[in-house]
Amino acid sequence: MSLLEVKNLSVSFGPEGKAFKAVDRVNLTVNAGEVVGIVGESGSGKSVSSLAIMGLIDFPGKVHAEQLHFEGQDLQALSEKARRQITGDEIAMIFQEPMSSLNPCFTVGDQIMEAIEVHQGGKKKERRAKAIELLKQVGIPAPESRLDAFPHQLSGGMSQRIMIAMAIACDPKLLIADEPTTALDVTIQAQIIDLLLDLQKEKNMGLILITHDLALVAEAADRIIVMYAGQVVETGPVDELFAAPQHPYTQALLNSLPESSLGHRRLQALGGVVPGANDRPTGCLLSPRCPNAQDHCRQQEPEATGSIERQVKCFFPLNQPGSSAA
Amino acid sequence: MTTATMQPPTPFREFWGYFSQNKGALIGFFYILFIMFVVVFADLIAPHHPYEQFRQSLLLPPIWLEGGSWSHILGTDDIGRDILSRLIHGSRYSMLAGAMVVTISLFIGITLGVLAGYLRGAFETLIMRIADVMLAVPSLLLAIAVVAVLGPSLLNATLAIVVVSMPHYIRLARASTIAEMSKDYVISSRVSGASAFRIMFITVLPNCLAPLIVQATLGFSNAILDMAALGFVGLGAQAPIPEWGSMLADARQFVQSAWWVVTFPGVAILTTVLAFNLMGDGLRDALDPKLKQ
Amino acid sequence: MIAFILRRVGMIIPTFIGITLLTFSLIHMIPGDPITVMAGERGVSDVRRAELEAQFGLDKPLYQQYLTYIGNIAQGDFGKSLITKEPVLDEFITLFPATMELSLFAAIFAIAIGLPLGIIAAVRRGSVFDHSVMTISLTGYSMPIFWWGLLLIILFSVILGWTPVSGRISALYWVDTVTGFMLIDAWISDEEGAFTSAVQHLILPSIVLGTIPLAVIARMTRSSMLEVLGEDFIRTARAKGLSPIKVIMKHALRNALIPVVTVIGLQIGILLSGAILTETIFAWPGIGRWLLESIHRRDYQVVQGGILIIATMIILINLLVDVLYGVINPRIRHAS
Repeated sequence: MSLLEVKNLSVSFGPEGKAFKAVDRVNLTVNAGEVVGIVGESGSGKSVSSLAIMGLIDFPGKVHAEQLHFEGQDLQALSEKARRQITGDEIAMIFQEPMSSLNPCFTVGDQIMEAIEVHQGGKKKERRAKAIELLKQVGIPAPESRLDAFPHQLSGGMSQRIMIAMAIACDPKLLIADEPTTALDVTIQAQIIDLLLDLQKEKNMGLILITHDLALVAEAADRIIVMYAGQVVETGPVDELFAAPQHPYTQALLNSLPESSLGHRRLQALGGVVPGANDRPTGCLLSPRCPNAQDHCRQQEPEATGSIERQVKCFFPLNQPGSSAA
Repeated sequence: MTTATMQPPTPFREFWGYFSQNKGALIGFFYILFIMFVVVFADLIAPHHPYEQFRQSLLLPPIWLEGGSWSHILGTDDIGRDILSRLIHGSRYSMLAGAMVVTISLFIGITLGVLAGYLRGAFETLIMRIADVMLAVPSLLLAIAVVAVLGPSLLNATLAIVVVSMPHYIRLARASTIAEMSKDYVISSRVSGASAFRIMFITVLPNCLAPLIVQATLGFSNAILDMAALGFVGLGAQAPIPEWGSMLADARQFVQSAWWVVTFPGVAILTTVLAFNLMGDGLRDALDPKLKQ
Repeated sequence: MIAFILRRVGMIIPTFIGITLLTFSLIHMIPGDPITVMAGERGVSDVRRAELEAQFGLDKPLYQQYLTYIGNIAQGDFGKSLITKEPVLDEFITLFPATMELSLFAAIFAIAIGLPLGIIAAVRRGSVFDHSVMTISLTGYSMPIFWWGLLLIILFSVILGWTPVSGRISALYWVDTVTGFMLIDAWISDEEGAFTSAVQHLILPSIVLGTIPLAVIARMTRSSMLEVLGEDFIRTARAKGLSPIKVIMKHALRNALIPVVTVIGLQIGILLSGAILTETIFAWPGIGRWLLESIHRRDYQVVQGGILIIATMIILINLLVDVLYGVINPRIRHAS
């Protein structure tokens, strides 16, 4: 049984009929101890999907899912209170901007201890000791004195460590990291990712790593999900996906890496822009930009094909096993 | 193929689009147009002359009460003057006061504020200290003091309110100027050698305009209220001028006997001020880029 | 923290001096010379004029007069009333508790109702409740306060007969002035029913005076809450699994209150302005009415002294609010 099982998740905003689909029929599976990377541009729906899983989408957003199971439990069937008991305890999430994700009015220690109190209770002394333990785990020096610091007194890297400490406070089974290093300096990025991966291995957590950094997921993830304009366009084990991408978009992402343009005079990029709310194309969402697009692509939307392990949403996928490489 | 791109709307159309969605703002706007109409055509609309006394009909109740008469729809006051006519003519004084206050204090306040924000240094400190002093005294008290010095009259009351309103505009203009000064477009203006005047009033000021416009609208409504307050305590328009606040000063004694003398002038003030505030709110929402989708 | 407070204190000194300049020049700005002004209609003989000039030091150069003025203030001499001949400061101290009592209850009324209304309106954004609160509060501060008072008097005192028309307590009771606060004095006096009467007299004026602050607080709280609710750290709090009430009351409110506290502090000035009008309508014997009557009676010493005392009070209160702001908002405290 997988840890997280999501089928046909959709999130739409706006009035009926004119709703904007930020997330469109997304399938997602995470197994215990597995690292799943979700890649895509801004606006691909990667963050909104995870917020929907956490139950953090508010009106006017509407969440529909055929299946939203965590450890076999149907999250959609739970009462709000029961869902809150899981949130922060068994599923935790860290966000992109650590500096603004901490409440400026309370000390860092207060906020960590709060995370412990909500789900585990305990006396203040015990929670304080646990908080110090957590700070040590996330690699913060002199944790006792750090507890009484206010968020604005910390650097970006420190703040993110605090966020991680809060997230793992109750030993969650699944951690969602939404672009955890995007807002940090390059040197700090590596540290934070290493920290996340170490913790993941140690606690055998499932980890969903959301990012637009392909190099990052290539190193860290076991499986990749590629998203475009709210839809999942390709999924697969990391090595396979990068060696032989099947969806033109995945190929384009790989091509746009500067390394792929060695020897060329210009960086290779896909023309056009990601469709927004007002200009959704008919047929395949990538068809206006795809170099391989045929008339059929512009008329009909492709369904996902392939096995559970390896899926692609394209009428004319690349690098099919058995065919010559594109 | 993808849908065709639309032409972006002109700034005014965009503004009107947001503004007209706000029903309250629209109501306020049209009511103000109505009041302006009344102000201009008061002589034609009013059934009687505001100073004319009908000795036979003292304290006549409104038409829907017993004893009311069609010639005095809203009744008469204690010396027989028609209330409706006085209300209609009274609109002139309130609107005039508002317009004068806003124009003068806005003009001087913006100039001083922008200068303070641009020049900084001793000049700024001096201006801001003066503004602080004026703001330390409660506005009505300061206005009353000014009128006490100058002597009670409609004009002096207006001047008093100008004095009291100015520090707000000075502060606002200065804060906006300082915020804009550190922005890149101003720095590039200075680098290309633009004169101080040009930078202040042609480059920076238009970008500070939005909060100032909103403040001016709200300032109008405050001016009407302040003028009415001064009139109420006898320091504004003097008898027999039918300024709405002064009408209430005379009416106090009739709280128990003739409620209509007390109620209607206040309703006039309330609806007018409400209209300006609704419009000001609508302006703020329509002009605030943060709220734009 | 101490450094922060001292810095703030240092900043108000120039303002205070500015106010003394303002009040000092007030008398000298009145058309005509001060002696004629003070003598009023009675006129004054030349001999008496010379006496008065010497007495008030008006024969000396202006800057010297100002220094004398400042010197007097430092010793607590704010002049004497031209009508009652009593020291202005004494009259102020006698009458101030009445205004303070009224303002206090008006403020309590405004905060106790305005704050929750604003919070709920923000949490239920776009609902009927939200729109009602916004409309009511907009009407609240579009109203001329003196008319609102008269209207409520007509409704509750004349038509319904629930509340008295004026005064602090029914004329039937004689209560010794111990603290100056009628509620306390009535409570500790032996008269039966005095306390109830005092409460009854306090209700309507407090509501009238507190209406505008209530409207402002409700609006400010709502918009501040809305802004805070959109912040990242609220999302974090929810991601931790906190209940909505905890998210709102603990995480959001602390941050949302910061600008609201400033606004509440600024309301003090509005309360005093409003007190002038409210006390006039309800014949409430406080400093608002006192100042207004002094102006009508041309008692300029009272006006001058009164304005100075009030302005000083407001500056000190603003200082307090500033310090309080530093306590609530840790970022300000640590800023250089």
